[in-house]
Amino acid sequence: MNIDPVLAQLRIMPPQRASLLQKFHIDLPLMAGLGGLCTLAFIILYSSGGQDVNVLLRQAARLALAMVIMIAIAQVHPRRLKYYSPALYLLGVLLLTAVLIAGKISMGAQRWLDLGIIRFQPSELTKLSTPMMIAWFLSASTPPLRLKQLALAGVLMLIPTALIAKQPDLGTAVLVASGGSAVVFLAGIPWRYILVLAVLGGSLLPVGWHFMHGYQRDRVLTFLNPEADPLGRGYHIIQSKIAIGSGGIYGKGWLHGTQAHLEFLPERSTDFIFAVFAEEFGLVGCMSLLGLYLFVLGRCFYIVVQAQDKYSRLLAGALTVTFFVYVFVNVGMVIGILPVVGVPLPLISYGGTSMVTLLTGFGMLMSVQTHRKLLPNG
Amino acid sequence: MSRPFDLKDKFYENRLFLNRIVASVLFILVATAGLVIRLIYLQVMGHEHYTTLSRDNQVKISPLAPSRGLIFDRNGEVLADNTVTYSLEVIPEQVPDLNTTLAELKDLLNLSDDDISRFKTQKSQRKSFESVPLRLQLTEEEVARFAVKMPYFPGVEIRTRFMRSYPYGHLTSHVVGYVARINEAELRSLDPAQYRGTYHIGKSGIEKAYESVLHGKTGYEEYETNVQGRAIQVLNTIDPVAGADLYLSLDIRLQKTAFDALGEFNGSVAAIDPSTGKVLVLVSKPGFDPNPFIHGIRKQDYDILQNSPDRPLYDRTLRGVYPPGSTVKPFMGLAGLKILNLSPGRRVLCPGYYRLPNADHKYRDWRKQGHGSVDLKSAITQSCDVFFYDLAHHIGIDDLHDFMQIFGFGEKTGIDLAGEKSGLFPSREWKRKKRKQVWYPGETVIAGIGQGYVQVTPIQLARATAILAARGRNVEPRVVDTIKASYEIQPPYPKSGEEFVADLKPEFWRTVIDAMVDVVHSQRGTAKAIAPGLAYSVAGKTGTAQVFTVRQDQEYKKLKISKSLRDHAWFIAFAPAEAPRIAITVLAENGGHGGSVAAPIARAIMDQYLLENP
Repeated sequence: MNIDPVLAQLRIMPPQRASLLQKFHIDLPLMAGLGGLCTLAFIILYSSGGQDVNVLLRQAARLALAMVIMIAIAQVHPRRLKYYSPALYLLGVLLLTAVLIAGKISMGAQRWLDLGIIRFQPSELTKLSTPMMIAWFLSASTPPLRLKQLALAGVLMLIPTALIAKQPDLGTAVLVASGGSAVVFLAGIPWRYILVLAVLGGSLLPVGWHFMHGYQRDRVLTFLNPEADPLGRGYHIIQSKIAIGSGGIYGKGWLHGTQAHLEFLPERSTDFIFAVFAEEFGLVGCMSLLGLYLFVLGRCFYIVVQAQDKYSRLLAGALTVTFFVYVFVNVGMVIGILPVVGVPLPLISYGGTSMVTLLTGFGMLMSVQTHRKLLPNG
Repeated sequence: MSRPFDLKDKFYENRLFLNRIVASVLFILVATAGLVIRLIYLQVMGHEHYTTLSRDNQVKISPLAPSRGLIFDRNGEVLADNTVTYSLEVIPEQVPDLNTTLAELKDLLNLSDDDISRFKTQKSQRKSFESVPLRLQLTEEEVARFAVKMPYFPGVEIRTRFMRSYPYGHLTSHVVGYVARINEAELRSLDPAQYRGTYHIGKSGIEKAYESVLHGKTGYEEYETNVQGRAIQVLNTIDPVAGADLYLSLDIRLQKTAFDALGEFNGSVAAIDPSTGKVLVLVSKPGFDPNPFIHGIRKQDYDILQNSPDRPLYDRTLRGVYPPGSTVKPFMGLAGLKILNLSPGRRVLCPGYYRLPNADHKYRDWRKQGHGSVDLKSAITQSCDVFFYDLAHHIGIDDLHDFMQIFGFGEKTGIDLAGEKSGLFPSREWKRKKRKQVWYPGETVIAGIGQGYVQVTPIQLARATAILAARGRNVEPRVVDTIKASYEIQPPYPKSGEEFVADLKPEFWRTVIDAMVDVVHSQRGTAKAIAPGLAYSVAGKTGTAQVFTVRQDQEYKKLKISKSLRDHAWFIAFAPAEAPRIAITVLAENGGHGGSVAAPIARAIMDQYLLENP
């Protein structure tokens, strides 16, 4: 048989490193973007954590674990992911139910399941398993989607969302719902249905208000007018705005953010870490950080577009959109354009749970990308 | 499914998917643009605003109160002191069990329920790491008793604070005044920057008039705080500057002599050095103890002071208005000499009463049988009323008013103390404006002997006497002599002027002053009782101020009216008559007759002052 000279050349000189990356199913541009974000995270964390090296070490350990998990997931073929989707989804829902019955009460909300060695948050699992399940379900469909399919996808999404909202954990519920919705959107829900849902959702807002917890209502009201309660619930937002605003264009410089260091800013290493960053690095820093996020998102979309089977691209697309929702909800809340819900800044906020989930998601994206050529046509 | 259909389907699906991806990317870009716009709004447009807020957040300023200037008399005796007091203070957050601790302290130091409730009120207004006073002014014994048990009371400590004290109490209560807690109204009018950290303010006397000088300059400590307001680190300290020390011209020993000499009488004594205006004595009796006012006097104690018939809180010297009576006669004499060009030899017959032309009403002389034929000098010496009735009638009230104004009648003296009243010397215009009535000639007549509408304050009469003693040179009484400060100070009351206010011929002064010397040194003088043993010459004038008008058909029977309605006794004097070094005014309320009651008080002061400072 004839060998294409170009292909022959390629076969002769595959770079050693590229082959290593290929062997471990690692996507280099995505990895580079994630590495950049994690590096930034350590820089900010050193400042927000009061220059405590132990804080960095703990975070580094978590990052290492999450990276191992990510790379492990990247080895798993999308076919297997699809295969295990219904089981994982079922497991997630069962665990959520268990949490509601027997969960540890922490910070006034039931989120944790104490497994002895580790405390496990089942809602993190559903952040991944819900879009997986819906992608599994809708990958068999052909557009345009029929109402029955949509209704079923809606139910699949609403079950974990409602269970999480009941805990109550509004932030995670939003993320799970947007993951599921993204799948439905990408799978081709007709625009007219989107319109109907939007109108329906708008008219159901008062009903939703009725079902909200008192503190959730307070959060919304506080968001609408933070100055009304400057020492109470509005305090976070006001202090956060002061930190960001006083940063200006170039920022106060690394380790010079007075707002954060003098303990004015609450949760400054977790949910409000963006305010610390904005204070110390200013608008220039914020633009760079957002740019880095957009780079990661861009690479993810590239993977999504290149994905070769329907399940892969629905899942990859949903994970990408969810990643952005993470960023948007956190930054939006910190800069005071969204209500305060507990969503960390992806890959930057201190803490391990969300990082493991996120990197698992990226592991899936890498898997989609690196297993592509091995897929059979069609 | 056939292959071509499948391919078409596939193509449609791919296109739809790509559309959705494009829509997602667009959504992400629009949402990101929203974040960027908001960030620009906060960090560029709002930068200045938030920078200010941020600075307010982190830097707190804590005032360091200056120590108040001291007040001394002319010999360096301390009249207003800062003494160390010990207070028991509690830092609530360091106390493990506050209620138990309070109960134990209550037993140990006999705390009252008031102390406890005041503490609880103050505690609720402060942060838990701020020190809250539980008991002010511990005695030495209480300090010792607590010191022994101190290790058992974590978070409770003894702190020292400077507190004002007035060692001479009653003697200086009106002139030095006192400080007390700043009230709401004062807080609004004060410079908040200067008075943060200062709890007391001058309420009366020197303390009030020289508040700006005594207070000093507040220092500051700038420190970084965390969100609880707890200090993390001191950034900058600006030390407070102590208030200026005031040296009064007052002599506390003379003050005591005057106070004691008043004896059973309430009244006022003011002595001025006529050549400088320096006030040597300023007594208003009775006084009160100003010390309890510093911490806030108890209601029942205040009520006792307030309701006492002797009115100890009332500053008679500056605020008491009395008819001057015959003490105006030397001034009236000068008016006659100047305005009517009166010949000193002109004589008037005093039959014991005066009658205006074409009128029936008799204006009585204090001496029922009359003084016979009197000239100006003898009229002053013997205090003949009829002579001055006639004089006033001829001068007329308007000219009289204008002339008397030269000596400060009807005007404030401008003394460097607050709350002075102006007294009154009437005029036609005054009566028309204030009383909406016409002036009657008879009112001019009685004004001639310092009755009717005429009213003076003791300090006013003392100033008039000093101007007389200085032969027309202006005298502005000043209590504060020198101000000693560690920084440049603008004295609120400048030194008095030197100009002449009454430009009269020397013989006019001589005539009147000779007559006043005769008041003391001649056999017919109304104050001859103080003459024996005088080592210097005194020019004086007695006066009797009617508290109550005897009806035309009645006689003044001293014994029949109660003491409170008895006349006030006046005596004005200066000495040595030829070169006066002290001018003095004595008022003994309900003293009856000036010569026998008020004059000896003046003599006691003059003796001490002139003989000790030859």
